[in-house]
Amino acid sequence: MEYGKANLDIFAETLLELASANRDILVVTSDSRGSGKLGPFGDALPHQHIEVGIAEQNLVGVAAGLASTGKQVFAVSPACFLTARALEQIKNDVAYSDNRVRVIGISAGVSYGALGATHHSLHDYAALRAINNIDIVAPADNFETRAAVRAAIEYPRPLYLRFGKRPMLNLHAPDTNFEIGRAITIREGSDVTFVAIGEAVAPAALAADQLADDGISTRVISMHTLKPFDEAALLAAAADTRALITVEEHSVGGGLGERCASLLMEHRLFPAFKIVGFPDEYMATGSQAEIFAHYGISPDGLALTARTLLQSEPTR
Amino acid sequence: MQAHEMLLKSVAYRRSVLKMIKTSQAGHTGGSLSCLDILNVLYNYVMNVSPENFHDPNRDRYIQSKGHSVEALYAVLADKGFFPEDDLQTLNQYQSHYIGHPTRKVNGVEQNTGALGHGLSLAVGTALAAKLDQRSYRVFTLLGDGELAEGSSWEASMTAVHYKLDNLTVIIDRNRLQITAGTEDVNRLEPLHAKFMAFGYAVHQCDGNDIVGLMHTFDHLPFAPGKPSLILANTTKGKGISFMEDTVKWHHRVPTDAEYEIATRELDAQEAELKAVNSGVR
Ligand SMILES: Cc1ncc(C[n+]2csc(CCOP(=O)(O)OP(=O)(O)O)c2C)c(N)n1
Ligand SMILES: [Mg+2]
Repeated sequence: MEYGKANLDIFAETLLELASANRDILVVTSDSRGSGKLGPFGDALPHQHIEVGIAEQNLVGVAAGLASTGKQVFAVSPACFLTARALEQIKNDVAYSDNRVRVIGISAGVSYGALGATHHSLHDYAALRAINNIDIVAPADNFETRAAVRAAIEYPRPLYLRFGKRPMLNLHAPDTNFEIGRAITIREGSDVTFVAIGEAVAPAALAADQLADDGISTRVISMHTLKPFDEAALLAAAADTRALITVEEHSVGGGLGERCASLLMEHRLFPAFKIVGFPDEYMATGSQAEIFAHYGISPDGLALTARTLLQSEPTR
Repeated sequence: MQAHEMLLKSVAYRRSVLKMIKTSQAGHTGGSLSCLDILNVLYNYVMNVSPENFHDPNRDRYIQSKGHSVEALYAVLADKGFFPEDDLQTLNQYQSHYIGHPTRKVNGVEQNTGALGHGLSLAVGTALAAKLDQRSYRVFTLLGDGELAEGSSWEASMTAVHYKLDNLTVIIDRNRLQITAGTEDVNRLEPLHAKFMAFGYAVHQCDGNDIVGLMHTFDHLPFAPGKPSLILANTTKGKGISFMEDTVKWHHRVPTDAEYEIATRELDAQEAELKAVNSGVR
């Protein structure tokens, strides 16, 4: 596996390409044009870029108004501000009123690791999962990002996309099928499954390589869409492997892990199960990679979690 | 403290800010340099706060709403003795408490800030508590000009005026730049003075990088009985380093080795000049 670009770069490139051919595609920013790598977009298509100043609530409200007229609107700002400060605008003006804004949370999760908790978004999956009529996608790599941005254009519901700003490992072959709501199995396996989302998929894929050296067969699923959820992919993994580990760049409360747990319970499935994410504590700070390692979202950490979990679970 | 001593401190603080940012390879250079003289006057001339009285309920409070300029705050707090200056070499490193925005894990910091548009409401609440308890402490808060696009600042302004918080002083770091471009190009703010007047503040304008002028302005607090005071401090983003001044890209750029060298020489020259003036050589 090789490193590609940052998902942020792919987002900005893809959007410029699409918007060049469609003048109804608009970008709205809140002093976030540079952070969104949208400088070239604003230069090339100045009439398709709207700037509202440092005002995220206003950003989402204005985007919803624009979208109400049939425009394809991308509201772009750091995930931490967009999904906290502008949450009510997302809930009422976008989701409830069904204005199909594409809410784009950049530098998501702990991308701004050293800037502290004001700049982390550990809550966005949980907050948006509980809002009706908005879907949630977190692409893992450049391929998924490009495909998700393309799919967003004609997508029939309000949509939230979130990603980070560091170069990502390329995880997929170019001919992979991407569909919002359909998980991608990156690697087949029969002992344990990593169900991961967004930028936490790459460490899970690398952990699977380590586990293979120990003779442990690991399935890796990129659950890029948290809502609507691909139930079949999870249930199949629970049937085929005896341990499940969910991995997310998010609080352990209310995200992918708890989504999976509730589904397994409802189906009376009880594999060995572990949710890997951020606990309820004063967050460690540092780079995204350092914070990942600190909380075990690393190849070593995840491989260890898998071995420990398998040891606790007798073979079926 | 004498103006001359404070002028020398500003040079030292600028050195400290640049060193921190250079070492950690991250930071908000321009905004820290623009508000540094204001912090200098607040902590060394205006406010009754020190490591000794930091837990005294009667201390004056400072809440930095433009949290990204934390390097300026760290430089001043270290100099005041809240923590050893050497600690700052860990800025932004793994598990250091000295992160890129103010946090109460650091001694001397009143509130955790960093998301813009929060400080003024916090300051209003803190000032209101003084009124309720008939305490004499004062509350100061510093906002960026780009930050004023956040509606919450205007909501808080209405509360401040409504409750006649003349123990509250709001300082606007009017450097006319934000991340993307000039404030008037991004999202027009003017006529700013008239807006603040209309909201009911007692407003004073001054040069926010002029130590003596700032001392004089703060001497007049509160500007009017029964009104919150607002200082529209006209500043230069990147103040003190020629090539950083009034330049958008220095919002959060880190100096290269060569740039750091030039900046250090400019600060050396400023220091030498101040010392020469004082000893009567010139
Ligand atoms: C709510 C929120 N939105 C966006 C940001 C990102 N941000 C950090 S600094 C900044 C520009 C601030 O400009 P200004 O207030 O003028 O500060 P200064 O020029 O003094 O640095 C922005 C948009 C933030 N920290 N908080
Ligand atoms: Mg400014």
